[in-house]
Amino acid sequence: MNSLPDGLIVIAKRACPTCMLVEPLLKELAHGPMPLTVYVQDDPEYLAGVPGVIYDKMLETSFRLNTEFVPTIIRIEGGREVDRAYGWHRGDWQKITGLDKLGYDLPEIRPGCGSKTLEPGIAEELAIRFGSVKLASRQVEIGDAEDLMEACFERGWTDGLPVVPPTQARVVRMLQGTTRAPDEVLGPMPPDLVPCTVEKVAINAVMAGCKPEYMPIVLAAVEAALIDEFGMHGVLCTTMFVGPVVIVNGPIAKAVGMNSGVNALGQGNRANASIGRALQLVVRNVGGGRPGEIDRATLGNPGKYTFCFAEAEDSVWEPMSVERGFSREASTVTLFPGEGVQGIVDQKSRTPESLARSFALCLRAVDHPKLAMAGDALLVVSPEHSRVFIEAGWSKARLREELERLLQLPGDEMVVGAGGIAEGLPAAVAGTTVPKFRPGGLNIVRAGGSAGLFSAVVAGWAASGPVGSTPVTKEITA
Amino acid sequence: MTESTILLDPTAERSPVARALSARPDALDGLTVGLLDISKARGNVFLDRIAERLDERGIKVNRYRKPTFTRVAPTALKQQIAAECNVLVEGLAD
Repeated sequence: MNSLPDGLIVIAKRACPTCMLVEPLLKELAHGPMPLTVYVQDDPEYLAGVPGVIYDKMLETSFRLNTEFVPTIIRIEGGREVDRAYGWHRGDWQKITGLDKLGYDLPEIRPGCGSKTLEPGIAEELAIRFGSVKLASRQVEIGDAEDLMEACFERGWTDGLPVVPPTQARVVRMLQGTTRAPDEVLGPMPPDLVPCTVEKVAINAVMAGCKPEYMPIVLAAVEAALIDEFGMHGVLCTTMFVGPVVIVNGPIAKAVGMNSGVNALGQGNRANASIGRALQLVVRNVGGGRPGEIDRATLGNPGKYTFCFAEAEDSVWEPMSVERGFSREASTVTLFPGEGVQGIVDQKSRTPESLARSFALCLRAVDHPKLAMAGDALLVVSPEHSRVFIEAGWSKARLREELERLLQLPGDEMVVGAGGIAEGLPAAVAGTTVPKFRPGGLNIVRAGGSAGLFSAVVAGWAASGPVGSTPVTKEITA
Repeated sequence: MTESTILLDPTAERSPVARALSARPDALDGLTVGLLDISKARGNVFLDRIAERLDERGIKVNRYRKPTFTRVAPTALKQQIAAECNVLVEGLAD
C-alpha cells in the first residue's frame, strides 16, 4: 500500500476468540491518543458503533497488509509501518500502543487465529484480484451460457477426453508447485518450436488433472522431451506408433503417490495418469502437435493419451536412474519413445537361464522378428519374475548381458525372403550373426504387482538411436 | 463476467481467440454441394435456382430437407450431410 494513515491499524475477525478477547481494548483504543483503524474480515457486527471500523469484505486491505494472523496490530508513522504484532501479547500491545496499562487484567498471552486471506482457495483468488500475480497467457472469456468443458473441446485444447478448465486460480495454485518463475522458458517445443514457458506447462498440467506437487515431475518431463537426442519432433510426426513413455525414479515417486505396483502400466493412479497426460497436452497445445495434422501416426497407441509409471525400487536391482548415472537419492524422469505393452507370459521358468531365454524370444518380436538394430526395447520385469533372477544372484546388468548374448540372431533366418517372408534384413547378413538391438538399446525396469509371473515388452521406435530418438533422463529439481 | 469464466490459453497463441469459420474452398470443381431446405416457405424456390446454376457448371448437388424449421437438424441428417458433401448451402429466410 502506498500510503497508510498514521496511528494504529488492527485486523481482526469475529470468529476468532482472541479477537473477541481484545474487543473491549479496541473500544478503549478508539478513544485513545493515536488514531485507530480496525479492519474486520468476517462480520461488521464486530465493534459495532465504534468509529474507525471498516468491514474488509473483499479482504483487499488484509491482503495488501500481508496479514497472516488475527488479530494483527500495526503502528504506522510517517505513512510507513514501524511495528507489528500478532495475536494478543500484552507486552507487545503495550509497547506498540504506548499504553503501559493496556489489558492489565487480561491473560499475558493468547495466540491468534489464521487470517481469512489464507484460507484454502482464497489466497490465489486475492492474488489474482489484487494483481500480485502476473500471468502472461491470453485470457479467453467464456460466455455465461457456455459449458467450460465443452468450450475446451471446441477450442481444440483436449486429447479427446475432458480436461479441467484452466482458470486463473487453478493455474496460480499449480505454479505454487514449483519455485521456478512462470516466465522461465524451458526451450522451443516441437513441432512448432514455440518457446515453452513454465506458465504454459502449468496451464496444461491443470488441464491434465495434475496436483501442484506433480509440477516438478511434469517440468522435468517437458525438459527431457526438449533434449535434442530424444527427437520429440520425429517421435511426434512419425507414421509409426510411438509416444513418450515417462518413467519416474527416486524418492519423489513415492512422495507424490505414484504407482509402481499393481497395474503400474494401467489406469487408476492420478499421478501416473495426469503427469503423462500433461506432457502430451504440452506437445499438443504449445508445440502444436495434433494428430491428423503433423502427428501422422498410422495407428498410434493408447499410451499417447498418457503412459507414465514409477519403477519399483524395493529390490537389490539398480534403478534405471542409477544405471543412467544418477545417485540413488536423485529423482529423475526418463523418457522412452515407446509403443504399446506386449505381455510376456512365463509361469513355468524357475531358473534365470530359462526365463532369460523366454524374454529373449519375446523381445525378437520388436518391430518384426526378422528386423534388427531398428527399435530399442523397454523390458518391464515384474517382481515375481525379477525374484527368479535376484535369488540366483543375477543383477539387472547380468540379465541384460545374457539377453544381449541370446539375441545374437542368425542372419540366415533374418534376410529378405527367408521363411517365405519378403520383409527382412539385406541379403548381405546371410551367414553372419546379427544383434537384435543396437548397443544400449535394451532398457530394463522393474514394476508391477507382487503376484503374477508376467513381464512386458514395450517396443521402441524403429528409428531408435542417433538417427531418430534416444532415451533421455532428466533430474527432477524444483 | 466472473473470474471463473476466464480461462488461460494453453496454446502457443498462434490462432485468434475468436474461432475462425471453416476454410472456404477456392472453387467448387470436383466437390459435392449439399442444398439444405429447412422447410421454411419458398426456401425451395431459392435452392431450386441454386441447383440449376450448379448443374449448369457440372457440379454434383445433393438435396436435403429438415423436417421442420423450428428445430435444429436431427443428428442423423447432420451426419449424413457431413459424410456426403464438401460444402452446404441452406436457405434461411422466407
